[in-house]
This record gives sequence, C-alpha cells and structure tokens, in this order.
Amino acid sequence: MLEYLWIVPLLPLLGSAINGLFGANWPNKYVTATAISSTGLSFLSTLEAVREFFDYFGQSHQPFRKEFFTWITAGDFRAGFDLQMDQLTVVMVLVVTGVGWLIHIYATGYMAHEGGYYRFFSYLNLFMFFMLILVLAANYALLFVGWEGVGLSSYLLIGFYFLRESASDAGKKAFIVNRIGDFGFMLGMFLLFRAFGTLDFTQLFAKADLWPKDAMGQFGTLTIACLLLFMGATGKSAQLPLYVWLPDAMEGPTPVSALIHAATMVTAGVYVVERSHILFTHSPTAMLVAAIVGCATAFFAATIGLVQTDIKKVLAYSTVSQLGYMFLACGVGAFTAGMFHLMTHAFFKALLFLAAGSVIHAMGGEQDMNKMGGLGKKIRSTYWTMLMATLAIAGFPPFAGFFSKDAILFSALQSAGGGRILYGLGLFTALLTAFYMFRVIFLTFTGKPRYDEKKVHVHESPWSMLGPLVVLAVLSLVGGWFALPTFFHGPDYFANFLTPVFGGAPEAADAGAEAAAHALELILAGVAFGTGLLGLAVAYWLYVSNPRKPDELAKSMKPTYTMLLNKYYVDELYTAAVVRPLLWLSTNVFWKGVDVTGIDGTVNGIAHGTTAIGDSVRHSQSGNTRSYAVWVVAGAIVVLAVIFFWSGASKTVLGLVR
Amino acid sequence: MVPTNYYVILSAILFGLGVFAFIFKRNVITIFMSIELMLNAVNLAFVAFSQALGKLDGQVFVLFVIVVAAAEAAVGLGIIILIARNRQTLNVERVDLLKL
Repeated sequence: MLEYLWIVPLLPLLGSAINGLFGANWPNKYVTATAISSTGLSFLSTLEAVREFFDYFGQSHQPFRKEFFTWITAGDFRAGFDLQMDQLTVVMVLVVTGVGWLIHIYATGYMAHEGGYYRFFSYLNLFMFFMLILVLAANYALLFVGWEGVGLSSYLLIGFYFLRESASDAGKKAFIVNRIGDFGFMLGMFLLFRAFGTLDFTQLFAKADLWPKDAMGQFGTLTIACLLLFMGATGKSAQLPLYVWLPDAMEGPTPVSALIHAATMVTAGVYVVERSHILFTHSPTAMLVAAIVGCATAFFAATIGLVQTDIKKVLAYSTVSQLGYMFLACGVGAFTAGMFHLMTHAFFKALLFLAAGSVIHAMGGEQDMNKMGGLGKKIRSTYWTMLMATLAIAGFPPFAGFFSKDAILFSALQSAGGGRILYGLGLFTALLTAFYMFRVIFLTFTGKPRYDEKKVHVHESPWSMLGPLVVLAVLSLVGGWFALPTFFHGPDYFANFLTPVFGGAPEAADAGAEAAAHALELILAGVAFGTGLLGLAVAYWLYVSNPRKPDELAKSMKPTYTMLLNKYYVDELYTAAVVRPLLWLSTNVFWKGVDVTGIDGTVNGIAHGTTAIGDSVRHSQSGNTRSYAVWVVAGAIVVLAVIFFWSGASKTVLGLVR
Repeated sequence: MVPTNYYVILSAILFGLGVFAFIFKRNVITIFMSIELMLNAVNLAFVAFSQALGKLDGQVFVLFVIVVAAAEAAVGLGIIILIARNRQTLNVERVDLLKL
C-alpha cells in the first residue's frame, strides 16, 4: 500500500467525480454508498499504509518518500507529484481520513432531507482529496495545490445554500481573505526557492539546517520566508488579523463546519508551520511573532465567544481561539504539543460541531441559544456526548483537551522571554473557554424550555448521526492518554512518537532539575484544572442559579458588552479601511477610468476610426465597371510617371524588374 | 527592314486606342474587343523587341499571351451571353447590381 500511496487521495477524488457526474439522477442511497465507501476505503488504505510505514521506518529510520511523476520542470526547478510519509503525516492523515469518514457518515443523516444531496457529497469528497494531497505532499508546490484546493472546496461548501445571499457572501469572504494569506505563502515559496533552489522538503530542510540562525530582531532570508509562510497560515487557520472569515463560514451546513472549519482544513496552517519547523527554529523572530499572534488570537476570539448567542458562532470563535493555542505552542517551540492539541482538538471540536448540528436538527433549524433550553432530557445522547466534548475543551482531566492544553501552557511558561505573559494570557483564555463552553451547555440543555413546545417537535437524531458522536466522544476522552504516563514519571508517548520529525528529545537534564520540572508540571496541571472549575462555577452561577444575572450584567457593563457583541467592530473596521476604499478605487478608477475610458475607449476608438475611413472611401466603389477601368489606367499612369520622372525610384523599380 | 521604333509606336497607338475604347464605350462586346486589342498591342511590342534583340524570349511570351487570351475569350463570351440573357441589354451602365 505504501508503494501505492497515491490511492489514498485518489479514492475520494473518484468518489467526488462519480457523484458529481452521475449523482444528479441517482437516488440518495447510491450517492451515500459512493461517498461513504470512497472515504471509508481511503481510511482503510491509510491504516494499511501507516502499518507498512512503521515496518519501513523500523528498518530505514527515514521518512518514506516516493516520486510518482514530474509535474513541472523549468530549468533547475522541479515540482513533482511526490508523496511522503513521516510521523507528522501519519497523525495528520489519520485525523483527516478518520474524522473525515465519521463526519461523512454523520452527514448522510444530517443532509438526508436537503436538496443538492449529491452535490454536497461531491464537494465533501473533493475536499478530502485536496486535504490528503496537502498532508501527503513532499514539496511546497504540491502542498500548495492541496492548500488552494481545500480553499476552493471550503468556498463551495460555505456557499452550499447559494440561494441565501448571506451564504454566498460568506463563501466569497472566505475565499478572498484566504487569498490574502495565500499571497504571502506564495511569496514565501518563491523566496525559499531563490535561497535554496528547491521546494522539496527533504532537500530544502537539509540545506536550511546548515543555514546560520538569524538573531532575534534580524530579518534574514529565513525570517522573512517564515513570516511570509506564517502569513499564509494566518489566512488558512483564521488567526489575527485574517480570522474574520471563519465565523461567517458557519453559513455552511454543520458537517462542513465540523470537518473543514474545525477539524481539518483550518489546521492546515498549523501543519505548515509544523512541517517547516526547521525554518522556524532558525528564526527566533518568526517564532516570537507566531507565539504572540497565536496567544493574542486565542484570547481575543475567546472574549468574543463569551457573548455570542448563535450556538455555531460560539463554536467558531472557540475554534479560532484553540487554533491560537496551537500557534502559541509552535511559537514557543513546543511543536509536539501543538500537534497534540491539533489532534485532540480535531476530536472534540468535530464532536462539538456535530452535537451542535444534532441540536439544530432536533430544533428544526433553530441556532439561537436564547430559544433553546431544557433539551438535555429530550435528546439525551446528544447531551452526553456534547458534555464530554465540553469537558475536553474546557480542560478537565482525564479528557483529551486537558493533556494537550496543559502541555502547551507548560511549554509557554518555560519559554525564554515573555513566557510568563504568554502563560498568563493562555491560562486566562482557558478560564474564558471553560466559561463560554459551559454557558452553551447550560443555555442549551438545562433550565426551562424557551421555545414554543407546541410548534417545535424536539426529536433525537437518527443513529447515522449519533454513531459518529459516540465514537468521537470516546476519542475525546482517550485521545489525550498518550501523555498520561508523563504525570507518573513515565514517557510522553505522543512526543516520543514525533521525535523523528522534530528532532531529539530535550537533553536529559540532571535528576533534580527534572524532578523540579515535573513538580512544576503537576502544579500547572492543578492550576489549569482549577481554572476550568472556576469557569464552570461562574457559568453555573450566571446561567443556572441566577438566570436573570447575565442580563443585569450586560446592562451594567453595556459598552463592553456591545463591543463584544459586535466582535470589536473588526468587520466594520475592515469594511471602512479596506473594502470601501477598494470598492471606490475599483469603481471609479479601474472600472470607469481604466476599463471604460482606457481599454474600451481604445478598442471602440479603433473600430470607430475604421468605420469612418471605410465610410469615406467606400464611394470609390461605385459598382460601375468603367470607373474601375479608369482607376486602373490612372494607377498605371502614376506608376509609369514615377518610374520615368523620379530617378531614385526608377532605379529601384527597374532594379526589381531586372 | 522596318526600324523597331515604328513597331513600338504602332503598338503604343493600338494600346492607347484599346484603353480609350475600354473606358468610353458602353457596349460589353466592344469593351471586350478593346481588351483583345490591348493584348495584341503588347504582343506586337514583344515580337518587335524579340526581333531587335535577337532573342526568342519575347516570342515565347506572345504564345503564352495568345493562349491566355483564347481562354479569357471563352470565359468572357460566356459571361457576356449570360448578361445578355438575364438583363436583356449589353450596356455596362445598366449592369450595376454591386453599386451602392
């Protein structure tokens, strides 16, 4: 299987093509079968490929790499369809195919009564194809193909309900904002090629490893390249200042939000930073920027999430916030912790979205939490699975999020320079996270119903939807246990697993320092757990004990509340600072000026000129044979006259004759 | 022996007559004949120069011209017959479908 690694991405492409071409006339069950089997087979072949990879790695201790065909050659430049597999890829590819498959199964239930069923699965499979290309690619050029492809599928799926204007606008917004980041990514690629003459990961990183490290604040080639790549990552992974598209992307169907805008695509930016970790470790400046942007985004998005009333919007800001944690981890050099959080986040955030989808399904399309309440008794399975995901994201042991978030905060505190600030902000964000997630739980599942019980018939979702919820709930629980032995002086299995990618384990310090570090880690874990409990307590106090309190609080802190409710007016700021000037420039200068006056003017001017000349000359074409004869004779006379009376010309003409 | 000048002058006069008739006559057949006249005027000049220069090139040319003229006469007369049938006239002034 490893030798035929191309099958893994090809299967979803095939499913996409089949459903896209023939699905329109098929009954839903054929479309379902195609979509589920293509992604399921892809997942199974991934499992087999991963098993073979471990055999391969056991013998060669090298990442597996295979060139299938050459895509572009130009001079020294070669970009091939080369796939590779190392431990980092293994984590990503298993998350993508595994979670992707579960979400496909869920979607067959969720989308069962929607129009465009085949179109939805065609797009969703297409997304899987591009995402697999992205994580399996062995060079930046091929990675970029996947990178753009997932952007395209994201655009198509956000705008799935394209008759709704807000949905098609959200799709365009996502695409355009991503393009800004992609611009940086491309420049970064060009710079890397200029500096190293290759885009292939193996060769490039080998060369970059020998490159001298930039000092802090020094903007060498690697620092600039890293910052440009990071710009691409901020676009794709919805970080400040390009995060604005992700909350709007919730216009898409909920399985899409779960798969693309929570579990997989938005982590592509983190993946690129992790993949380029050799470049980043050579540039402390870029690392610091990543850490600051990540930490700031985590905090900033969490504060917005506090007051949102749309259940999916809360989860969207929560995703932005958690992605910020991952970048914080990368920025402080804890690449394994970032990857760990990426994986656990994929489990519990996908679960949160799917459970939210189940709630929305049960409520008949209602997304406003103010119109829910008391659902816990009616949709018990959804309630319990969502509660598990909430415990995971809020960082309660022994759920997955506890271990990964703890690892990130621990690394942040230990990082040199500003570690305390990053840790403090990260911890405070954890408090906010626990608060807003339990707010969702309390508003949705507990208390008295705030909807019209006669109109809304609350019903539990079908098993095709609950099944994936249960599997993901189990994963949200056990997904973090790789790191469990660390607390008992054991090895961190996840970190050890990724060691071949991210380099040697931290040098064994003397026993005393290690014990001190271990004690510190335990204390930090306790602090993080306490923070989570505090968030839970505050949410309980506000939304269960004193249900009127939140409104009073909102009134007493009106300016802050309004600002948060309006998301710090960032969208308005962008509209005023970027969109309006650009629209003005495009309308008045490029459209009315350059296009209408300049380009159209030239083209139409030439046409008008030709018409005018033709109009004046056409009278010579009288249609009278004899007048033509006169013209012929007159012409002959002129030629003869030139030959005889204009000596210079006569020589030339006669010369030609001779 | 007649000097070459004479032939050339005669040729020029014939050609001039042909041009004159071509422009000012209205009857298609007359115009057609004037074309033949011009062709033969040129033929005369060719033969005269061929004789004067002692080369055969000119005479070969004349043979070609005669062949082309014969072909042209066949086609031209065919066209003239069609014009006469369709329009009941041979006046070129009246054959002006292409006129704006």
